[in-house]
Amino acid sequence: MRGFLLNRLSQSLVLLLIVSVIGFVVLNLIPGGPLAQFGLDPSMTQDDLDRLKEQLGLNRPLWMQYLDWAWRLVQGDWGHSFRDGAPVLDVIGRHIFATLLLMGSSTVIAIAVGTWIGIRGATHRYSVFDYLGTVGAMVALSIPTFWFGLIGIYVFSLQLGWLPAGNMYTIGDGSALNYMHHLILPSIVLALVHVAIWSRYMRSATLDVISQEFVKTARAKGLSERRILMKHVVGNALLPMITLAGVQLPSVLTGALVTETVFTWPGMGRLFLDSLGYSDYPVVMGLLMFSAILVILGNLIADIAVAVIDPRIRLS
Amino acid sequence: MTAIAANSNLDRWWNSRTARRFMSHHLALLGMVMIALLTLACVLGPHLLPYDSLYIDLRARFAPPLTGSHYLGTDPLGRDVAARLFMAGRISLLVGFSAMLLSTLIGTLVGVIAGYRGGWLGMALMRTVDGFLSFPSIFLVLALAAALKPSPIMITVVIAVSSWMEVARIVEAEVRSLREREFVQAGRMLGLSGTHIMFREILPNAIGPIIVAATLTVARAILMEAYISFLGYGIQPPLPSWGNMLNGAQQYLGTAPWLAIIPGAAITIAVTSFNFIGDGLRDAFDVRGD
Repeated sequence: MRGFLLNRLSQSLVLLLIVSVIGFVVLNLIPGGPLAQFGLDPSMTQDDLDRLKEQLGLNRPLWMQYLDWAWRLVQGDWGHSFRDGAPVLDVIGRHIFATLLLMGSSTVIAIAVGTWIGIRGATHRYSVFDYLGTVGAMVALSIPTFWFGLIGIYVFSLQLGWLPAGNMYTIGDGSALNYMHHLILPSIVLALVHVAIWSRYMRSATLDVISQEFVKTARAKGLSERRILMKHVVGNALLPMITLAGVQLPSVLTGALVTETVFTWPGMGRLFLDSLGYSDYPVVMGLLMFSAILVILGNLIADIAVAVIDPRIRLS
Repeated sequence: MTAIAANSNLDRWWNSRTARRFMSHHLALLGMVMIALLTLACVLGPHLLPYDSLYIDLRARFAPPLTGSHYLGTDPLGRDVAARLFMAGRISLLVGFSAMLLSTLIGTLVGVIAGYRGGWLGMALMRTVDGFLSFPSIFLVLALAAALKPSPIMITVVIAVSSWMEVARIVEAEVRSLREREFVQAGRMLGLSGTHIMFREILPNAIGPIIVAATLTVARAILMEAYISFLGYGIQPPLPSWGNMLNGAQQYLGTAPWLAIIPGAAITIAVTSFNFIGDGLRDAFDVRGD
């Protein structure tokens, strides 16, 4: 287990390093680079800009600038928002709860529905249900998330009036029920694509497990199909899904950004777009790096969880 | 498994081999037909319709579909939605297709070199692939699109930069397994150059998985263009794209829902079709996919 942990940790560190290099390249592609803020200020002359460049060490070779920038990231100094001067990490921290709430609830929906569709598709292979599941998944993967959100708002908010069209809660009403009511539509919208992905993987994982020897043994012992499915098949099929949950993180974050925009949900995605609109590059860069770190961390946790549950992996 | 198998009449008909073959191949065919029709409509449509996509008629604002010869209605400036939809389709399909070509080129190049050379170079290239995959694609694309000047060509490049990694992974795995085969060793003994072996001997044998991945990349590129144009950082008006037609649609959702429904349906149809074709090709080439 120690060897596995060390190996996996070092992989994540290498990945962090590469991600930071990519982030640094993006930062320098932004017009004005790290000085973009001052380029917008009419009272700054070119002389001022040059002096600032000198002071901030932006005349040094790029690799030295990179080391400097990366070292400040490690120390937690991610710069300050152009908009209100608050530290970038604080700004992100204010928005992370809303995003995690949305991602969490939609992941629960995706896992529950996707697992059910996947297992039923595998046990009733080539049935009408299985076929509709397969085609439905392909169509679901093709629907733009924001469009599905707009249709949802049109039907359930504007026509039927059942669900709110946006925001996380009604002002003046902070009850849990109110939050839940606002959460229903965006989390279903965000879940759609992942129900599709989850059901496809669950179907093939279940088919893999069903064809294995121990399932034959269980059947030969005379166990009921239901018991075999619940006790022997589902548990084994769910294991690789933990890894999948980690791998899917970037696409969940992408979906969250779009969903938050449509539903004016005050999370990180909404913050990212607002910051882009204000050319608030420190926050944009911060969110870019933060989301990548979140993804690397999520994958690391998923792999460790699988290793803890499954001795075959940590011992190999 | 037999015990759990369903046995309704419907399922019994369904299980006949003919029904299965018919369906599996015809989904891909349906996709091909849809794409052909869409392309045809986008090429010919603007010439057949009585309105220009940029013609503004403030007396005919918000006309619902089937008003006179505004078959799909008009937008807040009184422009014909059908004319705009077809012009937008030209842009969206072109951007999707070009982004696919570029990202397949990058991905194939990286994959072939990483898979054939291996060693530290292969390692470095594949870790870079992992690095790019760690970013939620839309964050990366939006940051780049906002930083660079948004022209259709730049948007295409930015989308390609965010979507070459899948192809690279597939090609790398394929090339790595082909590298040890006899015909490659024979090529080496004949004294062929590395470049020749990589691109002339190995690559043609990996063409199946590349075509499958490329088809699915078109679908993803069209979706990505729609996302960033919807958010206002993609194709800029007055040039219409399916994504930016949806850009202002949310505020008119209650009064003019067709402004949101129609372009989104076009995107969904195009993307679904490419996904169907990709799935059919996967079966045809017998590629094990995920």
